[in-house]
Amino acid sequence: MSNRTMARSRHVLPRRLFVAIQAVFLISIALIVLVPLVAIFVGTFQDGNAIIRNGVTLDVDLSELSLDNYVMLFTDSGLYFRWFANTLGLTIAQVAGTLLVSSFVAYGFAMYDFKGKNAGFVAVLLLMTVPFEMMMLPLYVLVNDFGLADSYAVIVLPFLAAAVTIFFFRQYFLGIPKELLEAGRVDGVTEFGIFFRLVLPISMPAVAAMAILNGMIIWNNFLWPLLVLRSAEKFTLPIGLNTLLTPHANNYELLIIGAFFSLIPILVLFLLFQRFFVAGMTAGALKG
Amino acid sequence: MKKILYSQRLAPYFFIAPFVITLAVFWTVPLVRAFMMSFQEVLYGESTFIGTDNYERLWRDRVFWQALFNSVRYMLFTLALLIPIPMALAAIINSKIGSARVKAFFKASLFVPALTSVVVAGIIFRLMFAETDSGLMNQVVGLFGLDPVRWLREDIPGLVALLALAMWRYTGVNIMYFIAGMQSISTEYYEAASIDGASKIQQFFRITIPNLKPTIVYVTTISVYGGLAMFLESFMLYAGNNSPNNQGLTVIGYLYRQGVQENDLGFASAVGVVLLVVIMAINITNLTLTGTFKKEAR
Repeated sequence: MSNRTMARSRHVLPRRLFVAIQAVFLISIALIVLVPLVAIFVGTFQDGNAIIRNGVTLDVDLSELSLDNYVMLFTDSGLYFRWFANTLGLTIAQVAGTLLVSSFVAYGFAMYDFKGKNAGFVAVLLLMTVPFEMMMLPLYVLVNDFGLADSYAVIVLPFLAAAVTIFFFRQYFLGIPKELLEAGRVDGVTEFGIFFRLVLPISMPAVAAMAILNGMIIWNNFLWPLLVLRSAEKFTLPIGLNTLLTPHANNYELLIIGAFFSLIPILVLFLLFQRFFVAGMTAGALKG
Repeated sequence: MKKILYSQRLAPYFFIAPFVITLAVFWTVPLVRAFMMSFQEVLYGESTFIGTDNYERLWRDRVFWQALFNSVRYMLFTLALLIPIPMALAAIINSKIGSARVKAFFKASLFVPALTSVVVAGIIFRLMFAETDSGLMNQVVGLFGLDPVRWLREDIPGLVALLALAMWRYTGVNIMYFIAGMQSISTEYYEAASIDGASKIQQFFRITIPNLKPTIVYVTTISVYGGLAMFLESFMLYAGNNSPNNQGLTVIGYLYRQGVQENDLGFASAVGVVLLVVIMAINITNLTLTGTFKKEAR
């Protein structure tokens, strides 16, 4: 064996060992992170009152597991599927509205030079980082003053021009060649026609990323609907589930299995479109 | 009409109009009103000007100071945990060594918690941190030969549960931020450093971290905001806005209690104004120190 191959084989062995250690390390963390989801999944086969009393555990007696909760969910779950349908409808409507309005606004910031553009865009940047919690009370007062509580419109309207979504679309539009706009103008298309008929159709990757991001946020939206919604028939899943988590509740089975089921649409979307999730979630971080 | 549709001078104002209207109606008007209400006593819709009474009351209110302490403490711990750890994990994922499939599985499974709502995550963690011997976390504690912990009844164990929830939900997202940042660093830097004989560790501290500055600034900013504005995690973990000795009460929780639960809108507005001033001061300091403001405004 020459010196050179010896040197390489000395190098290869630790490298393989390193790869193995790395794999064990990463897989262990990944499995630990999945434990809470496994725990709630196991919980869907257990007695709800016992879980609320004793907590979730992975140390279960297999003979005590049953499908009773699943039978209950599909036969006698009260308003649960109503909440599910409400959440689905609200999510679809709000995502569509947010994408349309926010991309519209972003186009203005990306494609034109006009007076007040910088000030307007700094406002977008500031709104991106201000958490909604800061605005919750002033908005809540406004809604109460105008007697607008308990309506879906109030949940949707303040967030149609969404700062993060505007920012993302602006970045995307900045990469579109201006020649496309000029070609449209030569052909006699209006400024708005250029946006709707020429630019939006070629922006589908951005639309997909933002649809996923907004869909996830809106499906999980909790604080603002909690302040706005009053009647149980109008509840969304997070609000409905929260009402089941009280000391006096008698439907803890529905709480557990309902919480688990509310995860499924998002998990399915994630498995199908993981790429877009990551693109959407990291959108704001790359502005440096 | 036709002229307007074709006008390149007017078009941008139509395009940004929805944002301007949103900013005016849903942000500026409510904020100005909140600022005015903070100098008023609001009872059954009747507002009386009372000067700075609300702020003086706030200054003397021990529960407020405790809530502020809880929020700041939580924020500092999330900064200490949710920046270095995700950054190190991102560096491992981004390195050329290792199995791509293992890394893909790792990324996907760490990202999954970010998909859960705070309601579902809170319910699960509340049940994991049950105080019985058979609760999941007490079984883990038992593996180390320790006695069961009364998690949500004591201050520090309660904080541990809250931080565990935060780490569970946000580690994966922050890893994604750092990976995205690392992938935007030119590989030429690393090649040059290797030729000069710099070790991987030296490269991480001398090349990766300085070039990650925009990402670090971004993650720090959203962590400061998110930490100080934390409310729902605690609200779900303690199954409501009340916790033993207010150990889980945050500034926003206090604002919710005063404004929504007690309907004392004037006083609650004062809480909101103080929080806004604190958060804006931190943010403007942060943006000015890092020069981000100048760059964006240009």
